[in-house]
Amino acid sequence: MTTIAISVKDLSKKYDSGFAVSHANFEVPLGTICGFVGPNGAGKTTTIRMLLGLISPTGGTAEILGQSINHPDKYLSQVGAMIEGPAFYPALSGSENLKVLATLGGFPIARVEELIRTVGLEGRGQSKYKTYSLGMKQRLGIAAALLPNPKILILDEPTNGLDPEGIQEVRDLLKKLASQGTTVFVSSHLLSELELISEYIVMLRKGEVVFAGPLQELMQAQQPLILVKTQNSADLQKVIEIAEQDGHKASIRSEVAHIEGPEEWAGTLNKKAFEAGIVLTQLAPQLPNLEETFFEMTGDRS
Amino acid sequence: MIRVILAEWRKLRRPTLFLGTIGAALFFTGLTSIFLYLMIDSERGNSDRGRQVSREVLELAGGSVFGFASVGGLLGVIALCVFAAQTAQEYTYGTLRNLLVRQPGRLRILAGKLIAMKLFALVLVIISAIVSIGISVALSGRAKVTTDLWFTTSGFHAIGQTLLNVSISVIYFGIVGMVLGLLFRSPISSISIGVLWLLIIENLIGAVKPVTLDWMPGNQLSVIAQGGSPDVSYSHALILGTLYVFVGSIVAATLFSRRDVAN
Repeated sequence: MTTIAISVKDLSKKYDSGFAVSHANFEVPLGTICGFVGPNGAGKTTTIRMLLGLISPTGGTAEILGQSINHPDKYLSQVGAMIEGPAFYPALSGSENLKVLATLGGFPIARVEELIRTVGLEGRGQSKYKTYSLGMKQRLGIAAALLPNPKILILDEPTNGLDPEGIQEVRDLLKKLASQGTTVFVSSHLLSELELISEYIVMLRKGEVVFAGPLQELMQAQQPLILVKTQNSADLQKVIEIAEQDGHKASIRSEVAHIEGPEEWAGTLNKKAFEAGIVLTQLAPQLPNLEETFFEMTGDRS
Repeated sequence: MIRVILAEWRKLRRPTLFLGTIGAALFFTGLTSIFLYLMIDSERGNSDRGRQVSREVLELAGGSVFGFASVGGLLGVIALCVFAAQTAQEYTYGTLRNLLVRQPGRLRILAGKLIAMKLFALVLVIISAIVSIGISVALSGRAKVTTDLWFTTSGFHAIGQTLLNVSISVIYFGIVGMVLGLLFRSPISSISIGVLWLLIIENLIGAVKPVTLDWMPGNQLSVIAQGGSPDVSYSHALILGTLYVFVGSIVAATLFSRRDVAN
């Protein structure tokens, strides 16, 4: 039995304008939560659509639960998905929308009310979809993805439009599903959220995979940072020079000096700054986080 | 396949769509049937395009369904709108991706949707037939039309034949709508282009050069509903109409099964 939920080999999608996804390679082990990150237009949704058989790759291949994406009928009954936000019939109620999909997929209709409760839409299931707020639509999309009791859950921006409480609920739900053995492949712009729940990360930039592997491995590969503010902003450049003299890369972003260096060197910096007559108002060693790492690797600050 | 049909039926049976469509069909059916009898002595005619339908014609075995056959083309336009909207909205709402994730067999989705919509169209046709025949019976006395032959064996045969012809015509119109929906992927575009062509462009071209009506797709489908017309025979309309629908279906099915679903 395969231990790999998603295996992507040299997968490409080329349009007239160029590659949307170019020779992507990555694997997602079963039972993990995998964050799928990349700037807008990096090719995340195109990759997800290829995995779900909605668009055909122009090169390479991929397997879901050991089945080729050329035969989506062999694995989609075990996959739940929400792609590029929720999409339902506005004139039908939330509950009726789910019943359409349950009927189509051959899932028990009784599961619909259960899922309405699971995603916190109880009392609004009979309301027309067009009356739903963005957060409610998102919850219904997650409910639809859960209909098949999936082995793999593929979610594209599931927390869009949710309030902080809703985001936390989704986070807890995904953790719970993963603990029950469901593989969760989730793309999100909320990198801090992904960092909290993901064990694996696939990072895309301009259609190419720039990292794929355990989150821990990604973080360990990154240099810790020391963030420095000075009383006189003109002194920031002097701080940069001190850092560079000691062999540390440094730059100024938004009137804060970002210095790559271990926590221990912060003391040395403090001493040298004092000797140079620079008053530091902030000296904060910072472990690398996913957001910083993402910016470093994708060069995207949008 | 059954699951696709049942899922599609859940959408079709919603009251606003179902009652709205039936209401529109009954409006046109009622209007046509009522005019046929109440304006029987009018010099401006009592049928479509100002044609005069006499008492003698209405007293024939097929008289009970004359009004129903006349409205067949309009029922077809209604079916075209419903089929086009139901197909194209899957693209505009983005719901096609949900359907294909739950049922990856694209041709199965297409066939299931078509069968469900055909059933919907048949319900529409049957209700319209009942109402039209009812109005004809109710107004025949006032219009001094004898109904002795209407419910004889040949009368029932005429009712069955007209029901079949109108059903074929309405379903063909619907398939044309579905094809347009798949091609244009927008309800507004597919409906407006379909209706514009059927109700305006064909008639304009036909008015300028009547011989073209022998080949116009919309005219063939309307003639099927009427069981033939003075200008186009039933068999010609049936063969040509079937050919148009067949070719359109093949093109649309090929596109649907191969095209990327990117919205």
